[in-house]
Amino acid sequence: MSVAIVGGGLGALRTAESLVAAGYAGEVTVISDENHLPYNRPPLSKEALKEGVSAEKLEFRRRAATDGVAWMLGDGVRSASFADRILTLDSGRELAFDGLAIATGIRPRRLNVPGPISGRHTLRTIDDAKMLREAMTVAKSVLIIGAGFIGCEVAATARQLGLSVTVVAIDQAPMVRPLGFQLANELQRRHESKGVKFHLGVGINAFLGEESAKGIQLSDGTEHYADVIVEAIGSIPNVDWLEGNGLDLSDGVIVDSSMAVVGITFPAVAVGDIAKYPHELFDEIPRRIEHWNLPTETGRRAGKTLAAWLAGDKPMAEIVNFIPTFWSDQYEYNIQSFGMPGLADTQRLSYGSLNGPCVVEYFRGDTLVGVVGIDSVPQLVPYRNLLMKRE
Amino acid sequence: MKVSVDMSKCQHYGQCCYEAEDVFRLDDDGKLIYLAEVDESRREAVESAVDVCPMQAISID
Ligand SMILES: Cc1cc2nc3c(=O)[nH]c(=O)nc-3n(C[C@H](O)[C@H](O)[C@H](O)COP(=O)(O)OP(=O)(O)OC[C@H]3O[C@@H](n4cnc5c(N)ncnc54)[C@H](O)[C@@H]3O)c2cc1C
Ligand code: SF4
Repeated sequence: MSVAIVGGGLGALRTAESLVAAGYAGEVTVISDENHLPYNRPPLSKEALKEGVSAEKLEFRRRAATDGVAWMLGDGVRSASFADRILTLDSGRELAFDGLAIATGIRPRRLNVPGPISGRHTLRTIDDAKMLREAMTVAKSVLIIGAGFIGCEVAATARQLGLSVTVVAIDQAPMVRPLGFQLANELQRRHESKGVKFHLGVGINAFLGEESAKGIQLSDGTEHYADVIVEAIGSIPNVDWLEGNGLDLSDGVIVDSSMAVVGITFPAVAVGDIAKYPHELFDEIPRRIEHWNLPTETGRRAGKTLAAWLAGDKPMAEIVNFIPTFWSDQYEYNIQSFGMPGLADTQRLSYGSLNGPCVVEYFRGDTLVGVVGIDSVPQLVPYRNLLMKRE
Repeated sequence: MKVSVDMSKCQHYGQCCYEAEDVFRLDDDGKLIYLAEVDESRREAVESAVDVCPMQAISID
């Protein structure tokens, strides 16, 4: 019996661990196109970018129970044939499997506008972070395209490194989609008070430069130049290798609440950033959410599902009771969220004041769907249970 | 088993507390307090706490 886990990030690691913990005793092979064992990505835009990128420090602790797992690194999966249950790797190698875990995550999206391709940084991997850090340490200015999590965190880190920072985004305020305008406007104020310049609500016409991008032209016609350019405009799920097998791959991989892939008849699961499923504490709409706690939640469930399925019992789906959780460190501020504040139609400040430590509650109709706190971890503690108990 | 938290990394998020509330707790000021010596029977819960710590600040032997 053999299981192939494709992708070597947090979701892959947790799936391997829970598969073994659930009593599966066959072979497990994890295949990753990266040359690193599973490591922690959040520091790549925060401490590691500021202080130095060390693969050793970022690597996750792996449970002793997974010592038997084979790690095939530096060789991606190019294609899969479900009919034959065979994977073909970039090197041309083939690997047969009985059970499959899909854990290939996402990659940064790129702007499709005229201009040079080179000289544009993105941030997802250790290698990306090393290159960006190297470039930033000799630069005076950085231009960041995108004002989501990663854009804002890189902006904060770059200011802390003493660079002059400009953020350009199509959104009207930083992190406005998850936070709503009240907190997003406040976040912008805090960034501006640290010296960040924003150009918001504008698109990008082109990258400027000969061989390598040196600047951008905005949709309002203005031109902006910087020593370093970072694109942080969202993500594309790594589903290419699954094509040709009849799955709906329009936005990740659709799974049921046991993380079993919808549309595959042999034992197959998907986890982490690539998995799309209804978060049943909130509603029935399948969503793909890129928060750090979810590869662990989905991986724990997927390993159990795969073990049971390979042993002959396709598991019963349980309700998805994960609370999406994110945090973001920017300057000395610590932003933490539970639930799905992005679903809300109204917001209410429930603690502190917006320009200091505060907690904002998010409601859809009169139902609490999320909460965000700045520097208010103790005040946030009760909310996780409140969100868990929702009918 | 021995538990230790690297307090230079810990951001007091309290995620660990949900996995093993008898081992990890936030005090009234929101600072993490934890037991340094934990019975072996709690290993699974403590391993889970190690997994969910966003700062990867917890180590066990
Ligand atoms: C810079 C940065 C900062 C972040 N900060 C936060 C934060 O503060 N808070 C938060 O909640 N979340 C944060 N996140 C998000 C969090 O890190 C992700 O949700 C998490 O890493 C997802 O894990 P995963 O295992 O699903 O995917 P990944 O960790 O992306 O793992 C997927 C792996 O599969 C590999 N792969 C892809 N295609 C193939 C293929 N065809 N064959 C083989 N291997 C393949 C990839 O190279 C990668 O190694 C951050 C992410 C980044 C990049
Ligand atoms: S989860 Fe980690 S960072 Fe959070 S309180 Fe526990 S040890 Fe500290």
